[in-house]
Amino acid sequence: MLFKLTLGNIKKSIRDYAIYFFTLIIGVSIFYVFNAIESQTAYLRVSRDTREVIQLINKILSGVSVFVAVVLGLLIVYASRFLMKRRNREFALYLTLGMSKGGVSLILLAETVIIGAGSLLVGLLIGTGISQVSSALVAGLFEADMSEYHFNISAQAIVKTLIYFGIMYLVVMLFNTVMIGRKKLIDLMNAGKRSEKLKLKNPVACVIMFIIAAAALGFAYYMVGWRTTELEESTFFTYIVVGCISTYLIFRSVSGLMLRVFMSAKGLYYRGLNSFTFRQLSSKVNTMVFSMTLICLMLFVTICALCSAFTIRNSLNRTLNECCPADYQAGMSIFNNGEEYMVLDYIPLDPEKIYKDAGIDPEDYFEEYALTRAVYDSSLNYEGFYGEYFDEAMVLSDDIGMILQEEPLISITDYNKLMEIYGGEKETLGENEYIELCNVKKSAEQRNYMLERGKEITAFGVTLKPKYDECINGVMELFDSYNNYGVTIIPDSVAAKAEAGVYYLTGNFNTDDKQKISSYIEKLNSEAPNPVLSALNKEYEKLDNESVGFNYYAVTKQQFGEANIGIKALVTFLGLYVGVVFLITSGAVLALRSLSDASDSLSRYDMLRRIGADERDIKHSLFLQTVLFFALPLLLAIFHSLFGMKFAYFFLGMYGVSAIIPSILMTGGIIMLIFGGYFVITYLCSKMMIKPVNK
Amino acid sequence: MELLRIEHIEKYYGSRSSLTKAIDDISLDIESGEFTAIMGASGSGKTTLLNVISTIDRVTAGHIYLENTDITALRGKELNKFRRDKLGFIFQDFNLLDTLTAYENIALALTIKKLGFKEIDEAVHRVAKQLEITDVLQKYPYQMSGGQKQRVASARAIVTSPKLVLADEPTGALDSKSAKLLLERFNYLNRENGATILMVTHDSFTASYSSRVVFIKDGKVFCEISRGGNTRKQFFDRIIDVVTLLGGDVSDAL
Repeated sequence: MLFKLTLGNIKKSIRDYAIYFFTLIIGVSIFYVFNAIESQTAYLRVSRDTREVIQLINKILSGVSVFVAVVLGLLIVYASRFLMKRRNREFALYLTLGMSKGGVSLILLAETVIIGAGSLLVGLLIGTGISQVSSALVAGLFEADMSEYHFNISAQAIVKTLIYFGIMYLVVMLFNTVMIGRKKLIDLMNAGKRSEKLKLKNPVACVIMFIIAAAALGFAYYMVGWRTTELEESTFFTYIVVGCISTYLIFRSVSGLMLRVFMSAKGLYYRGLNSFTFRQLSSKVNTMVFSMTLICLMLFVTICALCSAFTIRNSLNRTLNECCPADYQAGMSIFNNGEEYMVLDYIPLDPEKIYKDAGIDPEDYFEEYALTRAVYDSSLNYEGFYGEYFDEAMVLSDDIGMILQEEPLISITDYNKLMEIYGGEKETLGENEYIELCNVKKSAEQRNYMLERGKEITAFGVTLKPKYDECINGVMELFDSYNNYGVTIIPDSVAAKAEAGVYYLTGNFNTDDKQKISSYIEKLNSEAPNPVLSALNKEYEKLDNESVGFNYYAVTKQQFGEANIGIKALVTFLGLYVGVVFLITSGAVLALRSLSDASDSLSRYDMLRRIGADERDIKHSLFLQTVLFFALPLLLAIFHSLFGMKFAYFFLGMYGVSAIIPSILMTGGIIMLIFGGYFVITYLCSKMMIKPVNK
Repeated sequence: MELLRIEHIEKYYGSRSSLTKAIDDISLDIESGEFTAIMGASGSGKTTLLNVISTIDRVTAGHIYLENTDITALRGKELNKFRRDKLGFIFQDFNLLDTLTAYENIALALTIKKLGFKEIDEAVHRVAKQLEITDVLQKYPYQMSGGQKQRVASARAIVTSPKLVLADEPTGALDSKSAKLLLERFNYLNRENGATILMVTHDSFTASYSSRVVFIKDGKVFCEISRGGNTRKQFFDRIIDVVTLLGGDVSDAL
């Protein structure tokens, strides 16, 4: 009997529960898909480095899953309590007919079990389907072979999903039982009668509150967006709190403020159903200030997470090509530790001899290669370099740590040799000129300041004038991100005055075959014993001096690329995971509220029809209500994000932020798809609900 | 002048096996400027009659003409336009929008006709004065008494200067003092503005404020009486007589 009643209830309230059920299914399938990544990656044929990165990613994803579970759990509790409230009178009926509270709880229990089991089943089915498609995406992200396709079902992910959601449903059952147990019959019976009291706010107080909130928000934006470098952890946290509170106050006051503004435009306010539409919306917003705040903040996090993730993803390839324009570079040096900290006294080396000793003929590996040298003049540390502009340069700079370093210098011939390899533009230089090479924005600003003013520098006793009034963009050393804080290109005659420096071998491999490149790298960079390193070591041992040190490093574009794969995959997964979960959470809360409001307002729409409002006007009013209700938190979130992203790009600067527009478009696309999807469903459902019964 | 002409209307509910004749051949004429009350027991068909006149429900057979337009033939948008321009509604439970102030509630009837604000403002203040609710215009429904709410609802009904005001048990949810006040306002509107009012009620006292009472029983017109030169008290006694007669063969307490 109870079971029959339960099934009947679900069937009857299918419209109320549809959005809830739909959200649960998405939640379950998302949870499954992201937890199944681990088993999908197990099949991929990838290098050892990538394998380690994958393991790290899986660890991070399972950590985030706990957070996601908490968010979804809160959503489920909220939604089920919300739907329960709407059914209080039904429960009251059962109780007046003589059913015990235990019986009612049992009905609810059965309902939760059926809905839970149904959503888990459907969600897991859909999740398995999605994960077949997404495995291609995963393989693509890790640039792995997809030649072998595996249909895979991750038992581990299924078990995890079952456990997590099982716990959530248990919590819901507890909540429901407690709620029914505590309510008095009379309260349940009267629950259907809407209290006609509205929370009215003093418009003047609203305006003041809004102004204060907007000012506080503006201040926080300013501090985070423009004074980024002065932020400390504690103050940063303060601004976040300020931002949250301001958001809350804005939602609290916005309808009062809008009312004030809108009502002063009487011609607009008293046209068609505008006054009705506006009052409906404002009463909705007024009763869910806290939820609106949470939704807005979730959307804000979503936008920032997705936008950052896509920016990093889109920029990495371009950044790598720009910062690492050749396949391979090795740098070697032997030096005496100088008297000052970080000032080294280089000892001459013959890199060709080293390679010969190591038994490596670069011709065997490289299609083209160059041997170059960077030299240092101890008087040209940053202080000596900037000279009279040092203070201004300090103000322009945010990187105080660079002061003591010596400026790397490279001869114009060596630079042009490198450009041959890098495929860049060659330069010419007069006898007493210099050029600045730099690819870090802040550093370039500093240098441009002095170049514009024609700052002369003295290298090895020769005074040089700037050739250009700004830095040229480029690198000397290969790296995976924008890391060239400045290299000065000097005439050959000046560079020749230096006895020694750091010696580089830079080249492009003579093949494109990945396997072959890997075997080259294996030989050139083999760990024990590295032939080049041993040859260098021999030279070093010849110098019997305690303070002598030596340095050797080698980088390959392929390794940088693999490290990038890890970052790309991690940010993509994290951004999508958190973003999608937040989007469905906010969408579901807004949708539930809109739908329940539509059903509560049925009598109002009937009244409008009776006094002769056009069906078209009524639909239009409903549309406006729904659009504005969804748009309000989204708009504020977008506004927040403008400044949040300014902040984020400051830190992403190192990776390069080249593809902003595509990232924004992709973020917008995902939001449109999920949040917009909720909006469309909500509008269509509410439209169906308020349709006149008989015409 | 004849405003409303009802010709042999019928309204059936249910299927062939269990047919309910809510209205069984009713014909009725209402003159412009008349204040008519329709009385009848629960289930007599009086609310159905009001619903078909107001085009909320459809007749099974017969025709209803308002100013020689057959309103039973209207469809869709024409219906909305008809209700908006020609009718005013007053309900037992007021049916005011609780999120709007009294002023906005009254204005709504005009804003949906897309009038300019100046016109709206003037009209709202004019009817508010007639119904003595000027001082509650800025209040919300929950801040008003039942009588005030019903007068606001009445103001909304007449602010568009409709041809016909339909009132469904307007005093049903009011205490006797508020009911009296409201009915006196109806009389005023009827007398001063020449408003045509058609009111459904089962309360003899309410009916006694009208100029003509039509009694309905089992979906048919039972009889009708006019006030003529009677005082309200005399008219009330005559109504009571008919009600007693009606109650004689139907055991229904009116």
